[in-house]
Amino acid sequence: MSLNALNMRTDTDPMATANIAAKIRAVGVDVHYHDKQALFQVDLTIPANTVTALIGPSGCGKSTFLRCLNRMNDIIDGCRISGALTLDGRDLYAPDIDVVALRARVGMVFQKPNPFPKSIYENVAFGPHIHGLADDRAALDHIVETSLRRAGLFDEVSDRLHDTATSLSGGQQQRLCIARAIAVEPEVILMDEPCSALDPIATAKVEELIDELRQRYTIVIVTHSMQQAARVSQRTAFFHLGEVVEDGETAQIFTDPRDERTQAYITGRIG
Amino acid sequence: MTDSSKPDTGIGHDKFTSQRLRRRHRAERRFRLYGVMAVALSLCCLTALFSSVFSKAYTIFGQTEIALDIQFDQAVIDPSGKRQRKALIGADYGALIKAGLGASFPQVSGRRDKRALRQLVSSGAVYELQELVLQDPNLVDRHKRVWLAAADDVDMYRKGLIAGGAQGNGRISAKQAAWLDDLARRGQLERHFNWRFFTSGDSREPEQAGILGAAVGSLLTLLICLALAFPLGVMSAVYLEEFAPRNRWTDLIEVNINNLAAVPSIVFGLLGLSVLLGTLALPRSAPLVGGIVLALMTLPTVIIAARAALQAVPPSIREAALGVGASTQQVVWHHVLPLAMPGILTGTIIGMARALGETAPLLMIGMVAFIVDIPTGPTDPATVLPVQIFLWADAPERAFAERAAAAIIVLLAFLITMNLGAVLLRRRFEQRW
Amino acid sequence: MSHLFIIIAILALALVGFRMGRGRALALVGGQARRLSSLPVYHGGYMLLCCGLPALAMVIIWLALEPAAVRWLVLSDLPDLTKPLSSDRQDLLYDKIRALASRGTGTAGADSFLAAGASHFQSLKQTSLVALAVASLMAATAGFWFAWRRIVPAFPARGAVESCIRIILIASSALAIFTTIGIVLSLLFETIRFFDKVPMADFLFGLKWSPQTALRADQVGSSSAFGAVPIFAGTLLISLIAMIVAVPIGLMSAIFLSEYASRNARAILKPMLEILAGVPTVVYGFFAALTVAPLVREMGGRMGLDVASESALAAGVVMGIMIIPFVSSLSDDVITAVPVTLREGSYGLGAMKSETILRVVLPAALPGIVGSILLAMSRAIGETMIVVMAAGLAANLTANPFAAVTTVTVQIVTLLVGDQEFDSAKTLAAFALGLVLFAITLVLNIVALMTVRKYREKYD
Repeated sequence: MSLNALNMRTDTDPMATANIAAKIRAVGVDVHYHDKQALFQVDLTIPANTVTALIGPSGCGKSTFLRCLNRMNDIIDGCRISGALTLDGRDLYAPDIDVVALRARVGMVFQKPNPFPKSIYENVAFGPHIHGLADDRAALDHIVETSLRRAGLFDEVSDRLHDTATSLSGGQQQRLCIARAIAVEPEVILMDEPCSALDPIATAKVEELIDELRQRYTIVIVTHSMQQAARVSQRTAFFHLGEVVEDGETAQIFTDPRDERTQAYITGRIG
Repeated sequence: MTDSSKPDTGIGHDKFTSQRLRRRHRAERRFRLYGVMAVALSLCCLTALFSSVFSKAYTIFGQTEIALDIQFDQAVIDPSGKRQRKALIGADYGALIKAGLGASFPQVSGRRDKRALRQLVSSGAVYELQELVLQDPNLVDRHKRVWLAAADDVDMYRKGLIAGGAQGNGRISAKQAAWLDDLARRGQLERHFNWRFFTSGDSREPEQAGILGAAVGSLLTLLICLALAFPLGVMSAVYLEEFAPRNRWTDLIEVNINNLAAVPSIVFGLLGLSVLLGTLALPRSAPLVGGIVLALMTLPTVIIAARAALQAVPPSIREAALGVGASTQQVVWHHVLPLAMPGILTGTIIGMARALGETAPLLMIGMVAFIVDIPTGPTDPATVLPVQIFLWADAPERAFAERAAAAIIVLLAFLITMNLGAVLLRRRFEQRW
Repeated sequence: MSHLFIIIAILALALVGFRMGRGRALALVGGQARRLSSLPVYHGGYMLLCCGLPALAMVIIWLALEPAAVRWLVLSDLPDLTKPLSSDRQDLLYDKIRALASRGTGTAGADSFLAAGASHFQSLKQTSLVALAVASLMAATAGFWFAWRRIVPAFPARGAVESCIRIILIASSALAIFTTIGIVLSLLFETIRFFDKVPMADFLFGLKWSPQTALRADQVGSSSAFGAVPIFAGTLLISLIAMIVAVPIGLMSAIFLSEYASRNARAILKPMLEILAGVPTVVYGFFAALTVAPLVREMGGRMGLDVASESALAAGVVMGIMIIPFVSSLSDDVITAVPVTLREGSYGLGAMKSETILRVVLPAALPGIVGSILLAMSRAIGETMIVVMAAGLAANLTANPFAAVTTVTVQIVTLLVGDQEFDSAKTLAAFALGLVLFAITLVLNIVALMTVRKYREKYD
């Protein structure tokens, strides 16, 4: 039942992002941690099948915003969110939304590779297993293999699928986490500085992978590195002190920023 | 703005059928319920434990007493009339009680009935009379109404804890019950505050048994334990934390400390029995030996707590003191140790509280003996509160169970005070670096 | 008490030494402390240590050796008829003499040679006390003079004092090792003597335990049986019941408190659970013997079961209750040590809380949890008061939780409490049981601590 659903999705031209319908739309989003406000009236539109980069100095709220998109902030004590956040036009914070189903649709890859202390196979199979995506062992094998292939990891680990995942290198672990995320067939993948713990070669591999994944998934990536944003993303949003200062096509943001704060950041004067 | 045409959880893929999701949510709620049940069950146990103790203990504060008109007959107490202490001690006060009872119940005759009547009053009441006369020898040849402790069965019966008469198990006969009602009607049977329980040592008679002896024994034992465990524990911790090089020797010490902390307490008792009593021939049943055994047992706790407190002192303070030319020892004694002291004291109090509740090792070194006298020094035979509880709980008389429960309350009161002290100390001196 | 006076005298002399040393150091430099190589207080401290330490050490060594010496002297002075006695009988004899001596004047009525022995004993004690007083005070004075002569302005008193303190510190931290050695040696020594009387194989594998029949010394080994298997089985049964109660409740409580409970609920519930850990075991014993055991018996009776009044079930359940907070606080530590990133990874895939706990957190925490369960098990095996008060004395070899069984700790207590001859097989058996207990809990603890430590290192 599973993977065909993905194949049936029409591939769109990634460069035509401006005209595409919004996958995710945020309007007037405020986030508070206890008494401290972390986001102020964030408006942002994220189109489907593009890579959207969120950049900005540390503590600017970009990770907070990212974690609002699959409601990972729910598990943090004292976090309050107001404003409207929609996925395909449906309110993410509506009372009838099941956060578990939402997270299956909006997957996440974290800053530090966090494979479960289990085998490589079990790591990838975890999501499909809990969501009941595979009817039998063969189907599960298939999902695991496809996901690992899409994450560009299968050839490196095919002979040791049942070794513990923590024995992999950092870059491999992060690609395993990506494979684990796509095994539940999400529509959106959120990446929170996925390369910050990796060396340059592993980073290059992950970046390559992100570019390939954009064919199938909508990707939102938080990054510290402007070069990375420029390399992998089609659209960029610049966060500063909890506000979205500017968003638009990546090329435009980096070559012709409209706001002087963006200008200051990309030229290295603030950050 | 939500598309409400779909009634299910909506936002997921179609393949996340609402049925499966519902099942998962049910499993989630069930799991959470197990958690709630586990906590609730533990709290129930706690409640059951305390209510079991309190329900058995609360009656202790009252003691049934019988008022008798005692004629302090010179012929019985002191025929010679010289008021010699020895004569006063040795006198037959039982006869006075018998006479007093006879005066109250002139109609009772026959040996068996008289004996039954005598059984209403505590057999320890003779010592109460003796005490009165010794305090005031002028009582002799006078007449006085005296409140004497009733026998334990009478006390239990009047408190409604055992049945009397026909449906009773023979501890209080129907006749005795009638006499008691009679006494109560005449105002000669009342429940008074049970001062005996708080001012006397152990006794074979439940109504005469008190916890003072055990409490003093506990205090002496704990003082010895503190005097040994605190300095030794602090010195070890200071050495291990501040001076010791990291080598096999200190590793060995550390492994030993961790293991000693988990050795069953009864093993320390065996150590005390074979080394302290056997090899060193120290006196049995003495708080001195109990204190040493408990100190060995508490030492790991104190060391571990003291090390944690020393670790919490930031290195910047050491560096600052070293920077002005202090020796490493001066740094420790003048700066680090005083700053760590509240933490060390907290740990020590908690260790002492555990030592106070410890029973098993003390059984091994003979602190389980029946001791009536209140100990006056660390080498006198003594018992301690938890052992006293053990002894009373094991005794067959119903009244001893009441006493055991009451002694538990006293023990818990001490423990709560100590722990509260530790908490307050921590609050008062808690430092945020 | 007279020994206490000797110690007080030594301490007083040491304090005098402290003051005089400080004064002398200052006087030597005309009150200008900066001309001294060390502060005056260190000169005083040096005096104090030289004066007090050797004398106190002497007192301690003296007191340690005195009993053996007195015993040898008293026994060797007795009439010849006691010479051929076995060491057991000699012990008995010596105990009688000591008891006689401590009763003071009331030696009348005793055998004449016992009375002679007692008075000899007393006179030896007196002599020893006087000799100790003289010797230790002389040592203190000698130390005083030694230190006094060494105090000059250039004397590095601080170094001397500090290295001395360092040695004291090392000695006190070595006490942990000496305690362990003391435990092992004393248990081992008595156990070896026990195995002289009862073969080791009979003890470890015998199925019958009835030490009570060994009433007379000459009966030992012939009519009494020291097969410890029923005791081990009983210990295991009660501990297992305890674990069956404590592990699920403790673990689920820990999970609930660390993963589900709100901060406020946790702040209230956790200390309440910890109260259970602070309750002395004798209170649990009281609860087991007077409340739970009758309850279990009555309920079993209603269901038509034959429940012993000292059933393993009652003792085991109460022991389980005692261990709940132990399991729960250890597992709580272990569960909270699982990194947040793992939880987030699972939540990010759309896992429920329970799924995350059961499939990610618990497997990751498994070694730590196993370690805590082992520690709890060792705690249950070594627990004494609950079983002494609520479990039976008869060594039944059964797996029936409604029957009465006995445990290692119960047997140690019953064998050693009350009047005892130090050398009977009955008493020695208690030490053998103690050694087994020590060995088992030691192994459990070491394995548990190693597992937990490895687990900690993994996530640090």
